[in-house]
Amino acid sequence: MTHDEILAKLHAKFGETFTTSEFRDNRRIIVPAERVYAVLEFLKEQCGFDMLVELGGADYLHYPHATDRYGVWYVLVNTTTGVRLIVKTFTNDPEPTLPSVFALWKGADWMEREVYDMYGVVFDGHPDLRRILLPDEFTAFPLRKDYPMRGRGERHNFPVITRPES
Amino acid sequence: MPLELADAIALPEGPEREYLWTLNFGPQHPATHTTLRIILTLDGETIVKAVPDIGYLHSGFEKLGEHLDYNQYVTIVDRKNYISPVANEIAWFAAVEKLMGIELTPRCKYLRVIFNELMRIHDHLLCCGAAALDLGGFTAFLYAFNQKEKIYDICERAAGQRFHPSYLRVGGLLADVDDIWIDMVRKFVRDFPKAWNDIVRLLNRNRIFIERTKDIGVLSKEDAINLSCTGPIARASGVVRDLRKDEPYLAYRDFDFKVVCAREGDCYARYLVRMEEMLESCKIIHQAIENLPPGPVNVDANSKVTMPNQLAVYRSIEGLIHHFELIMSNRQWHTPVEEVYAAIESPNGELGYYVIADGSGVAYRTRTRPPSFIHFAVFPYLIVGHQISDVVAVLGSLNIIAAELDR
Amino acid sequence: MALAGVSESVMVTQLDKLANWVRKNSLWPMPFATACCGIELMATGASRHDIARFGAEAMRFSPRQCDLMIVAGRIAMKMLPVLQRIWLQMPEPKWCISMGACASSGGVFDTYAVVQGIDRFIPVDVYVPGCPPRPEQLLRSVLDLQEKIQRTGTLMGKEFQEQRLWPHPPRPLAIELPPAEEIVAPGDFTSATRLQADGRP
Repeated sequence: MTHDEILAKLHAKFGETFTTSEFRDNRRIIVPAERVYAVLEFLKEQCGFDMLVELGGADYLHYPHATDRYGVWYVLVNTTTGVRLIVKTFTNDPEPTLPSVFALWKGADWMEREVYDMYGVVFDGHPDLRRILLPDEFTAFPLRKDYPMRGRGERHNFPVITRPES
Repeated sequence: MPLELADAIALPEGPEREYLWTLNFGPQHPATHTTLRIILTLDGETIVKAVPDIGYLHSGFEKLGEHLDYNQYVTIVDRKNYISPVANEIAWFAAVEKLMGIELTPRCKYLRVIFNELMRIHDHLLCCGAAALDLGGFTAFLYAFNQKEKIYDICERAAGQRFHPSYLRVGGLLADVDDIWIDMVRKFVRDFPKAWNDIVRLLNRNRIFIERTKDIGVLSKEDAINLSCTGPIARASGVVRDLRKDEPYLAYRDFDFKVVCAREGDCYARYLVRMEEMLESCKIIHQAIENLPPGPVNVDANSKVTMPNQLAVYRSIEGLIHHFELIMSNRQWHTPVEEVYAAIESPNGELGYYVIADGSGVAYRTRTRPPSFIHFAVFPYLIVGHQISDVVAVLGSLNIIAAELDR
Repeated sequence: MALAGVSESVMVTQLDKLANWVRKNSLWPMPFATACCGIELMATGASRHDIARFGAEAMRFSPRQCDLMIVAGRIAMKMLPVLQRIWLQMPEPKWCISMGACASSGGVFDTYAVVQGIDRFIPVDVYVPGCPPRPEQLLRSVLDLQEKIQRTGTLMGKEFQEQRLWPHPPRPLAIELPPAEEIVAPGDFTSATRLQADGRP
């Protein structure tokens, strides 16, 4: 099944609720957040995209001509035919929320937790949404563009052990 | 025995619960090789539940990618999967060059293929050697390290640094290789199968090794796909998928090699797949080094993406301006305001980069698709129902690299 | 020298020197390997470089059996409490080698999550530059540490005690002072050290 056939199927099912774009060999469809679960489910069940290769996010705060703040992408692949498709969606402050796709692909588990850890995007329906890379006590979301690269002093804030004490 | 996540997380209620106890594995444990932590809940010696706790090496790689330009970031990328540094560089520049629309020269493609395959051998040697070390076989580790040192020498000859070569640049390489390097690679290809055979004779029919790895940590094909596994781990479970064949990048179309697969999906199958892949890589290197095309390694200087050579900078005004344009942080490359995903078959699986460019010389966002991260998420499913001592066997077969796991 | 009543095969020396000689030639490293340097540490122990030539091959992974901690690799914010705890678990006398640029100064990782040099939080005896250092450099640092032990070591560990006389604990060399209100504790907030404007805790 080629990209064009998939897009035709998607148009037949979802009408004009999504847009498409293309760059080099990357084919993308951009879906609003409320339709993303339905589209991904359709792609998995009907179009054979059985593997979620990658799920990541970005903060478009300073990006030229960006209208939404947080973008999340799902790179899907059909392991039989090798066709790739990128599904993209956006969400916004103050409560960035997206549906979790854990029910479709169990591989989404940690990737969603990472996006939550780095950007604070909450995935509704995720069974175990906790911080994954940073300590639980951490309060900021470090990959947001308004967080400085050198942090806010967290890395200096530990007790000092001297030679006589140890 | 694959389990649903609910089974892996939820503990039994009622009287059985009293028998359970908790064991903390890591973060400083020899078998983790680096730093990760697993909280095991045990019934006697049987593992009822395993909760990995990672982030002990989280160092903000992706944040750094938003502050360093496309060439500078190569030093950071190197340190991601430090067992196969050049493979990381190839993946990074695959994404950057796809973004900028650069077509490499044939010689550069061949050299990148040679490095990618050397790194595959390097990575698998460490993985198999260290897996054997954890299971009590010290000799295989020493044999593996002898070969690893030879690959280090090859990297050092080409790039000057033995561990983190930082050898690739946008549109080419740091420098061309010389004849001594080619002879070193030829010698390595000639000698490697013998050393490989030594390791195989030590381990493949070793009763202890087989008992410790066979039928341990079985991953079925459906689960491997559903859990996003790629690379040797997926291939050991019967997923016939190799980006070198499926989406040939660089010059992989030119070479004759096999994709190694297995059906069992256990630790032993993963070990065997890795061992066989080393020989296939050796075959690719042999073909590439014998047919290495002549010509430049960098793309044409008029395309203004690679550094001009030193003579041009010192002796001509065009060269100087060209150099200046690439170095000054307000000029550099002109990238499209676009985003791109590119992936290669790294030793550990699909290593991809999602790069968002905003038109300047610095990426707006660099997202890595780290195979170690995704493979470690599989660990709780594999280990439940096994014994404590199987933890190191499963960890060793998954080849978790903490720097790539945590980034 | 010959003493009256003592045969010539007996050598007389200071007990301190004997203890130092014994200690320096049987360093038991505790490899605190977190990242890339850990692989070079493995290479140092493997056949080509062979750290056993200097009596330091008995790598023990339990801190209670070791007297030399080799911190190989960057220490992230989440890892530092673990590092301090392991350092406290090691018995005296103990030494620390900070292997590589990341452990010594943060290296290229000047980011929110990486501790900018472990010497800010635990004592360090020898620093090894390099990213990662070559195995030869690590061997050299072991030799340097042996010399340090031979020169300054005492049987009762007085060289560690003397530092108690210092008015203040040794200060980290480079301190970045974030604005006080921006400090967000990753660890134990109540007992964490806040640095004052003059760099003192």
